Amino acid sequence: MSAWDQVLTLLGSPLMQRALIAAVLVGAAAPVVGTFLVQRRMALMGDGIGHVALTGVALGWLVGSWAAVSPADALAVPGAVVAAVVGSVVIELVRERGRTSGDLALAIMFYGGIAGGVLLIKVAGGTNANLMSYLFGSISTVSTGDLWWTVALAVLVLGVGVGLRWTLFAVSHDEEFARASGLPVRLVSMLVATLAALTVTIAMRVVGLLLVSALMIVPVAVAQLYARSFGRTMAVASGIGVTVSVVGLVVTYWNDVPPGATIVVLAIVLYALSALLHPLLARRRAAHDPHPDMSDDVLVPAVDAACAPDASGTPADPPAPRRP
Amino acid sequence: MNAIDATDVHVTLGGQAIVRGVDLAVPPGQVVALLGANGSGKSTFVRSLLGVVPLASGSVRLLGEPLGRGVPWQRVGYVPQRMSAAGGVPTTALEVVVSGMLHGRRLRPPRDRRARATAALAALGVEDLVDRRVQEMSGGQQQRVLIARALVREPSLLVLDEPTSGIDLPTQDTFVTALARLRDTGTTVVVILHEIGPFAPLIDRAVVLRHGRVVHDGPPPPARGEHGHAEHDHLHPHADPEPPLDGPDLTLEVTP
Repeated sequence: MSAWDQVLTLLGSPLMQRALIAAVLVGAAAPVVGTFLVQRRMALMGDGIGHVALTGVALGWLVGSWAAVSPADALAVPGAVVAAVVGSVVIELVRERGRTSGDLALAIMFYGGIAGGVLLIKVAGGTNANLMSYLFGSISTVSTGDLWWTVALAVLVLGVGVGLRWTLFAVSHDEEFARASGLPVRLVSMLVATLAALTVTIAMRVVGLLLVSALMIVPVAVAQLYARSFGRTMAVASGIGVTVSVVGLVVTYWNDVPPGATIVVLAIVLYALSALLHPLLARRRAAHDPHPDMSDDVLVPAVDAACAPDASGTPADPPAPRRP
Repeated sequence: MNAIDATDVHVTLGGQAIVRGVDLAVPPGQVVALLGANGSGKSTFVRSLLGVVPLASGSVRLLGEPLGRGVPWQRVGYVPQRMSAAGGVPTTALEVVVSGMLHGRRLRPPRDRRARATAALAALGVEDLVDRRVQEMSGGQQQRVLIARALVREPSLLVLDEPTSGIDLPTQDTFVTALARLRDTGTTVVVILHEIGPFAPLIDRAVVLRHGRVVHDGPPPPARGEHGHAEHDHLHPHADPEPPLDGPDLTLEVTP
């Protein structure tokens, strides 16, 4: 079978079609939110929300088993959405309050999220194995219903994240100035937190709750090495997110490896390569003198020939050592 | 209608009373210098005027409206002490200045944002920095970008928090020129300073804070030449050192 035939088979599989759509949307949306989180120094927030969302998954499962819906995990994603949004708003409130105590409160919340999830899933009649697909992702089990959830939430996250990017940027860049401009800082902070929560829940099926944050943060880490502006960082990160998600997914089509982990490892390898290459590329670019031309505050008797405005390419003579 | 009307402002941060009952009424077009030693509460007072820190008690009206959503924020410009060291995502001067066009009633910048931002940077002589990363700029360049961010909305009330700390003399002169231009167009200016220095010809009135209270409100204290006078209010960048409570005094011993 030729390579082209293999690609056609891949695209022809309904399972793969759903998985690819989910991967593209998640890959595009996660770094957009991640850029704001990195700017706000909250790169680990996605992790925290992921932990809390696990309790939501188990809660959804529990409610589903009480209501006798089938399949048993039909309410798991809505449960995760609710828990993640509530959790992110609480994290934001804690952050607003203070620093040291907030750190502790967050840690306790994260552990409570995992423990609560494991406990509740048992009560709901499930096993820890049921949680595994949420913890590490199982894109192969994406149903049409899941896909609609993903599409709707991803469009919402991208729409708000890109449409209101200037406001979100202003608040993330300088909260104090934003307050002094009458911007609704609190509301906007909650909005960023909610966007992060929604991203976590849509990325849950692709990369898993434990690896969600990687897809939000690592593409941003790569992009900010090279981009010059905030907008460019966001666009490049989003492109990287789509690329690693699709490539990772395609790799798992032919090799039996877990997709979530593959995507994250790809992103990290990309970061490592970029970080290694960056000094080489940066050196080539830095040809001009970064110092602005300003008059000195002090009177300097002699000017070093190399610094004179009319210095040509020829190296100046070293100043003669002065001897007493 | 006063540009600022603050009555009996108290601010408490971390359980400590930082501002203790300050009254300040600034008529439009006045240039007011806020002076005082480090920790005298002038920065906190200014931040409370702008709603950045909450008031413990008292009331503030900006441009005739009580502090809150009703204030015409598009006419208020604020220059903080230094660029916030936010998370390291590359940001150009253009993006920082454009963020100054947003306010309570405008969540998206206008279409001509690039032209307006460039003009604001040009007023401070740094239009060539427009596409440079602010993270790579020197302190003085960052300070100019911050002032451009406040000027881009053409404020009628401008509040500056130590715009010249750590800034070289030519840049200070640029600020004074820019400020003089604003004053001539009727802008009200409140500026926190350590030393009046190059701003002296602009200042109409000086308010001096000490321990969170106003201790002087009137014409600017003379800057030079009278430091030795008995009634002189010693205004200097540094606070006087606390005398040691106990222990030996400084002694000089001459050994034979």
